[in-house]
Amino acid sequence: MLLTISTTHRPATDLGFLLHKHPERPQTFGLPFGQAHVFYPEASRELCRVALLVDVDPVGLVRRGSGAGSFALAEYVNDRPYAASSFMSVGLVNVFKTAMAGTCKERPELVGSAIPLEASLPAVPARGGESLVRGLFEPLGYSVDATPLQLDPQFPEWGEGRHVGLRLRAEVRLADLLNHLYVLLPVLDDDKHYWVDDTEIEKLMRRGEGWLGQHPERDLIVRRYLKHQAQLYHPAFAQLDETAPTADHGDDEEREEALEERVSLRDQRLGTVESVLEASGARRVLDLGCGSGALLARLMRAGYQEVVGVDVSVRSLERAARRLKLDTLSDDRRERIKLLHSPLTYRDKRLVGYDAAALVEVIEHLDPPRLAAAEQNVFGSARPGTVVVTTPNVEYNVRWETLPAGNLRHPDHRFEWTREEFAAWAQQVGTRHGYSARFIPVGPDDPEVGPPTQMAVFER
Amino acid sequence: MRIDLPDPSLVVLIGPSGSGKSSFARAHFKPTEVISSDLCRGLVADDENDQAATGDAFAVLNFIADLRLAQPRLTVVDATNVQREARKPLIELARRRDLFPVAVVLDMPEALCQERNDMRPNRNFGPHVVRRQRSQLKKSLKGLGREGFRRVWVLRTPEQVDAAEITRKPLWTDRRAESGPFDVIGDVHGCYGELVELLGELGYEVAPGGVGVMPPEGRRAVFVGDYVDRGPDTPKVLELVMRMSEQGTAICLPGNHDIKLVRKLKGRDVRITHGLAESLAQLEHRPPEFRERARDFLDKLVSHVVLDGGGLVVAHAGMKEEYQGRSSGRVRDFALFGETTGETDELGLPVRLGWASDYRGHAAVVYGHTPVAEAEWLNDTINIDTGCVFGGKLTALRWPERELVSVPARRRYYEPAKPFLAPEDAAPSVAQEDRPAFLLDIEDVAGKRIVQTRLTRTVTIREDQATAAIEVMSRFAMDPRWVIHLPPTMAPTATSQRPELLEHPSEAFAEYRSSGVARVVCEEKHMGSRAIVIVCRDAEVARQRFGVDTGDTGAVFTRTGRPFFDDRALTEGILSRVRTAATQSSLWDELGTGWVLLDCELMPWSAKALELVRRQYAAVGAAARAGLGATLATLEAASARGLELDGLLDRQRVRAGHVERYTESYRRYVWQVDGIADLRLAPFHLLAAESGVFVDRDHGWHLDRCDQLIAADPDWLQHTERRVVDVTDESSQAEAVAWWEAMTGAGGEGMVVKPWSFLAHGRKGLAQPGIKCRGREYLRIIYGPEYADPSQIDRLRGRGLGRKRSLAVREFGLGVEALERFVRREPLYRVHECAFGVLALESEPVDPRL
Repeated sequence: MLLTISTTHRPATDLGFLLHKHPERPQTFGLPFGQAHVFYPEASRELCRVALLVDVDPVGLVRRGSGAGSFALAEYVNDRPYAASSFMSVGLVNVFKTAMAGTCKERPELVGSAIPLEASLPAVPARGGESLVRGLFEPLGYSVDATPLQLDPQFPEWGEGRHVGLRLRAEVRLADLLNHLYVLLPVLDDDKHYWVDDTEIEKLMRRGEGWLGQHPERDLIVRRYLKHQAQLYHPAFAQLDETAPTADHGDDEEREEALEERVSLRDQRLGTVESVLEASGARRVLDLGCGSGALLARLMRAGYQEVVGVDVSVRSLERAARRLKLDTLSDDRRERIKLLHSPLTYRDKRLVGYDAAALVEVIEHLDPPRLAAAEQNVFGSARPGTVVVTTPNVEYNVRWETLPAGNLRHPDHRFEWTREEFAAWAQQVGTRHGYSARFIPVGPDDPEVGPPTQMAVFER
Repeated sequence: MRIDLPDPSLVVLIGPSGSGKSSFARAHFKPTEVISSDLCRGLVADDENDQAATGDAFAVLNFIADLRLAQPRLTVVDATNVQREARKPLIELARRRDLFPVAVVLDMPEALCQERNDMRPNRNFGPHVVRRQRSQLKKSLKGLGREGFRRVWVLRTPEQVDAAEITRKPLWTDRRAESGPFDVIGDVHGCYGELVELLGELGYEVAPGGVGVMPPEGRRAVFVGDYVDRGPDTPKVLELVMRMSEQGTAICLPGNHDIKLVRKLKGRDVRITHGLAESLAQLEHRPPEFRERARDFLDKLVSHVVLDGGGLVVAHAGMKEEYQGRSSGRVRDFALFGETTGETDELGLPVRLGWASDYRGHAAVVYGHTPVAEAEWLNDTINIDTGCVFGGKLTALRWPERELVSVPARRRYYEPAKPFLAPEDAAPSVAQEDRPAFLLDIEDVAGKRIVQTRLTRTVTIREDQATAAIEVMSRFAMDPRWVIHLPPTMAPTATSQRPELLEHPSEAFAEYRSSGVARVVCEEKHMGSRAIVIVCRDAEVARQRFGVDTGDTGAVFTRTGRPFFDDRALTEGILSRVRTAATQSSLWDELGTGWVLLDCELMPWSAKALELVRRQYAAVGAAARAGLGATLATLEAASARGLELDGLLDRQRVRAGHVERYTESYRRYVWQVDGIADLRLAPFHLLAAESGVFVDRDHGWHLDRCDQLIAADPDWLQHTERRVVDVTDESSQAEAVAWWEAMTGAGGEGMVVKPWSFLAHGRKGLAQPGIKCRGREYLRIIYGPEYADPSQIDRLRGRGLGRKRSLAVREFGLGVEALERFVRREPLYRVHECAFGVLALESEPVDPRL
């Protein structure tokens, strides 16, 4: 991967002094993952350009652990050797450490001066696209030229991918430019090739000194830089707030009000489910498809005799167990909550004998043929007295401004039903299994397209 | 005294301390069959005489006894048991497990008991204890039968104890030793003419008037009961089955109608409904002796029977696994009436529970009782009451052949309460409307499982693998009724040591040679996606054979059981094209089948993986081109001004060349798909059809059949190039290597080498069913654009193949087993267990580049 930096400062070759790298002597440095080469393709009084070429050894990369996403081969066929990411940051700090610290014995007066600089990176992975690139660099005074790379000239219909060719121009101190790149390249990539721990906070504070605190995208930069780890970014925010105590607390209050005004649809949904379950008089309830336990937490507080969370995903159940703090509950409360790993599409006798069951935003994650199996399991085998089912109302989707027309709300949704389709299904289920069904709108009930969430309450 | 113990049963020893119970138990039972209260006291309290531990000790005793009876195994309880309260839980235990409790009482003289106690340490609890126990025993003796003990034997002297002879008698229902062959016959209901005709069909010679029956060599009839009522000639039917029973040519089970008739004949007050009037009227014409004989015969019939080593259970209305071979009131009720909820439906008929849809037992269960249009297997149970008396037919099941033989009713003798034959004869079966057969139980897949397969013996599925697969199966996979097979993973060849190559055919040839496989076939890989295609001749076949009534006529799914296309119309379009080719090439008739399962590659790869190609492969290519392009320009500029950078520049030029070839590699597998016509399907195995699983046919047969299919639609179905190689012949190998080199040199994916015979057994069990040998260019999209560079390739050679190879064989065994079970018409859960197992094994972490 390549970075070039050029200047038209006179004499331009002073760049060599600032970087501590002689324009006429190519150099090579060893890195933990490969090599870095520094050389100057141009070095005249008028224009001096330095190139940092970071060569990553792809075979050495592969030792990394799992968790690389859905396609494991991604670890082997990837852009790391070619696109500027955290590898470039490590290259920068290894090769230009002194320059980044802002020291230069030969040209001390130049260190503190903004000079015309242009940085160019042929391929930068940018999660968030061109607009994020601008959002990150423009507030720092750069004129930004970001060109998304075409995926494949032979297949123009594929369009552009996540990489951009990036050119930044500004009158800026060289040390600042290097530090900006050091922090923002991995932020754009939204990934890091190494394990991140709390020493990373210290690096961020050092490299972000003087600019990060006031950056409008501060939160995004901090979160991404610290790999979205709450135990890291919260302390980082705290440190930034301390050093830059300019935060306007009036804003916070306003924001809170705005939040309270629109109680999230999710809260309304869970609240309605809670009410229906309470009204049913149930003592022992199932949360089928409990996910990470948002409803379970509410139900536990409500004092049911027994609450059972059921999910197909072991990871969700682990999250639910943490959220409910199962391992620290008293024996009495621990006996009242149970988590079961079970897919709805296989009949499970452990679900028999409960008063009520909730399926909150679950059925739309089942392929229609498998929905019939789930129906048998819940209504035919488990047969709780009351069953509450919620699912999106697809008619309402036109009211979501952010949702492109014709799209479903979640990529894993196998279907989203109109009110009519949902009602027809509920009637059939009722007839087949001896339940009556009634419907409750959840969220604002639009006169034209209905509520965003539809709910059916089945009673035996 | 002879003590005939029913086996299994719960044997309760009763006697005061010192009466010799433990010695008696030692003399007559295996040590493991005896649970003593003393032992249990020791287990929970380290002291066999700690009376304070008695409560816990009996909890342990009951627990062990219960688990043994569940098996079931004969179990002896060695405790004083002189008090009614002590015996009561034991009786309940036996009843709960539907086995008999029996009692052996040691009523020894007090002095003897006292003397024995005095001789033993730790038993110095004074004479009053034995005296009290004896008096409690005396009070109990008379009432033991009433308490619920099926048999009671009392031994009063040491001499009697010594002389006691214990034998074990199997329960009446236990006729496992009789292995048949059998002909199980459904509800006759007085249809004498049809019965004689059916027996004739089965090869039994019935003498005129039914005075004697000659069965075919060694065969015996088993009647599921309901000989009487409704039909035209109940007395003659009774006469015939009684004769056969006496002759030993039939095993007769009681039906609910028969029992009701017995009650009437015994003079009980019985409602004359459901055809009983006809029986009574017909029997009026017979002498009273006949009626008595019939009454006694029917009255003695045993509820159900377990035959053929435990592989076959016959009962009138079915028998769930927990009750098989046991004896109790509720077992008998189950046998006569089935499992009912106690409610009745709008026609006044009992509402039944779907015991058969829950059935997971080892034995096949054959029953009748509720008329159905067609006898159909469900979870290894089958109802063969095809409603002869209602104008249906009289059906027999030949065992162990599992063939159905029927004769039609000569007319409708009686109107059914519920129409069981729909207007057309091909009515949806009762089974289908009664039960959701597709509903698999979590217990069918969860937890650690050991699957028996024919090819690879046992395959163990670990609990964590099953857990992972449950999620995949339930969130992403097809309807499990279609997933009757999943293809195995495939190992690559041992790593080649040739420069610039990781894989080369010679290693594959060498492997088969050293496994004793001389002849192999090399089949071209098309760089499509693996696809399993099940095509039915029509939706009716899909409904009948696969139980899918959505109107789908087949399925196309990936190697992880996911539907290939979300678009149903596209799937049906593909199926229709394959179906037309199958019809034109007479595949249905040749194989005698209404469905086939083809193992295929579906092209282009991008049809399934376009997102992956774009997001992963093209994006890497774009970044690499931009990055290396700029790098070269920059280096060239620097070099032009005289900097010494030649080594670096050359290296980056080589890299740019690699990236160019990488881009070409993935482009080869991509083309625009706007409809079915843009797809290509390359079938290479015809794995299964109704007539069998064709793993016993060689690859020549498979490729021939596939070629016939392809010939019917050559523009769309794609031919698979192949070479047959003798791995002991140098020139034969060289020819195949040259072919592979030409193919992969032009960018082809490579080939798969398989034993010509399909199945081959090597030194350590089954040989690899296939070994892939991938081309150098293709591997760029697996190992990375620049893998072939000398700086990289040598470090990639140290790849471990062991786990992948082992998985490949186990998954192959499971996949074939799934098909064989399906073709044998085993229950869905049995088929699913194997297909699910393949998915579960696939959760094993393996280097994905292999």
